[in-house]
Amino acid sequence: MKHAPDLSRRRMLLGGAALGAGALLTACTSNEPDEPSGGGAQTVAAGSNGNAAPGEKVTIGFSAPAADHGWIAAITKNAKAQAGTYSDVEFKTVEAGGDAAAQRAALQTLIAQKPSIIVLLPHDGKELNAFGLEAMEAGIPVVNLDRAFPDPLAYRLQIKGDNYGMGVSAAHYIIEQMKAKNVASPVIGEIAGMDELELTQERSKGFTDTLTQAGFKVANRRAARFTADTGQQEAASLLQALPKMDALWNHDDDQGIGVLAAITQANRSEFIMVGGAGSLKAIQDIQADKSVLKATVTYSPSMASSAISLARLIAQNKGMSDLVELQVPKEIILASETITKENASNYLKLGF
Amino acid sequence: MTAQTAPAPVKEPEHSAPEKRSWWRDDASESMRRNLGLVGVLIALIVVGIITKPDLYSDGAWVRSNIFTILELASVIGVVTVGMTFVIIGGGIDLSVGAIIALAGVWSTTLATQDLGPGGMIFCALAVGIGVGVVNGILISYGRLVAFIATLAMLVAARGLAAQLSDKQTQVSNSDFINGLAANDFLGVPVLVYILAAVVAAGWVLLNRTTFGRRTVAVGGNPEAARLAGINVKRHTLLLYALSGLCCGIAAIMLTSQANSAQAAMANLYELDAIAAAIIGGTLLSGGRGTIIGSLLGVLVFSTITNLFAINNLSTEVQNMVKGGIIVAAVLVQQVQFKSLSQFFAKNNKITTS
Repeated sequence: MKHAPDLSRRRMLLGGAALGAGALLTACTSNEPDEPSGGGAQTVAAGSNGNAAPGEKVTIGFSAPAADHGWIAAITKNAKAQAGTYSDVEFKTVEAGGDAAAQRAALQTLIAQKPSIIVLLPHDGKELNAFGLEAMEAGIPVVNLDRAFPDPLAYRLQIKGDNYGMGVSAAHYIIEQMKAKNVASPVIGEIAGMDELELTQERSKGFTDTLTQAGFKVANRRAARFTADTGQQEAASLLQALPKMDALWNHDDDQGIGVLAAITQANRSEFIMVGGAGSLKAIQDIQADKSVLKATVTYSPSMASSAISLARLIAQNKGMSDLVELQVPKEIILASETITKENASNYLKLGF
Repeated sequence: MTAQTAPAPVKEPEHSAPEKRSWWRDDASESMRRNLGLVGVLIALIVVGIITKPDLYSDGAWVRSNIFTILELASVIGVVTVGMTFVIIGGGIDLSVGAIIALAGVWSTTLATQDLGPGGMIFCALAVGIGVGVVNGILISYGRLVAFIATLAMLVAARGLAAQLSDKQTQVSNSDFINGLAANDFLGVPVLVYILAAVVAAGWVLLNRTTFGRRTVAVGGNPEAARLAGINVKRHTLLLYALSGLCCGIAAIMLTSQANSAQAAMANLYELDAIAAAIIGGTLLSGGRGTIIGSLLGVLVFSTITNLFAINNLSTEVQNMVKGGIIVAAVLVQQVQFKSLSQFFAKNNKITTS
């Protein structure tokens, strides 16, 4: 019993320390920057052409997966921001949940609200094909964003990035640089994204096809998982496997943070690196020109902004003002652009 | 407990048993034999590396840097596995380690935390790790949830919270101190390797040379007997999960420094890697037996395989299949070799000598 007061004091101290730590921790969850930044969403400036003039009121329904990846987060942000620039657009977004089934359920509630048009980034194009058909049948046009429906009847417009083209652009840049440096048989490394995804396979195919035409080949290819920590691990292994390298293509700028970290940690700088997607940080790094990252090939989430603009035109029954046709085309594949030090300043506003 | 009686008193009598038994058949050195087996596997992997890539292995500087690459690759998982080994020896399992790393990493790289400097970031990571571990422990020991369910729930919840805090973005660490942990060497050895060594050494001492370690084995071996022997089993279980959480906090700092960033999807499936490493290191999944050194060797076997596949430009799919095969083979070999084989030899020996 003699120890009882001691114990309670100790408990008080422990409890107090735990509470203090808890208070400090909760203060640490804020992610607000000290000075307000520009918001960073990519929108088309309204007002430059006749289509920007307010027209018939339309309701655009929007759904994209709740993903833990910066690119998808940027897609949702861009769509919302673009819709906000039009006074004649009402924007209705539904949470798509964790998988295709959840997204299908969410979309059913969206159909019930009878939007003029639906813009949709499906979890999986094949799995949500049936939904596309159903909505089109019900008279609601569907704009498919990035992940294609196999059935052409399931969409009014498809707008997507060019995965194969990304590989081609990256390879072109590397070939050009190697020729400029007079490297006859360069050692080229590749750090891919999630290997089980079709888009990764397309990117790699474009890359190797183009390199093969120039007589080059990939010396070592590692597949990471689109996250910085896996990027670091795979890059560390790759650097170990290739003690001397001339060029490296990394599929994704988000995992590129880890790849660049591994390169710094290994003290390597004898090669050039090309990124993929076009994140704000990568564009800034290219502009600063202090790391091995010399270029990145785009796969820009700005396509979400364009999709909203085009969806508005479709719903208002207008065409694209620069084209002769009176209707918006059925399919748009964005070109993969190469961002280098020279043009980086133009792309800063598109970085995510 | 006094200092003289502390080291492994249980196994003492067998060593001094009057009948002469070779150490190969001695029960007490069984874990050492297992570890020797793992060292054999490691050597075999390195020999395969030398055969397949003689050009790289002929360069001394490259071999040296490759050893450090393997150790650095093993460092994060190694630290997690030390905590996991304690939890498994204590009769539990912690499926939430990867999620705790993600949460601690994200929490310690928010802009608000980064304003506090590296000290604040390290404190946040450790406090979040221990905090989540304590919640796991309370749910399991006082809430009477099955460890599998409680930590599975934590896996989902902690990743959810991490995604919420980070707004699904990759949070870049701007702290030179934190990023330097992975980039810098001290006396020619990477800092991360020192951290791994320190955690492994501390874990070894804690398991083999303290009351806490003995109690862990007792609780895992037979909780009821441990309770009757006067051990506060519930509190001890709670402490084990807190310890695992602490290891995750340390691992979160290491991983953040390696990747120069943190995000909610980081440390994906680390729970499986850590459990697999502990199991092939000879830790019994039902508790009551296991060694820190064995677990470390398990981690090293995996990172050596990863390295071997990378330098030979083989795909990750093949690597995963081989990994799976090695887990099964390691457990099978241990069962066959160390139980039946020694019995078989014992029998044979008796026949030939009698």
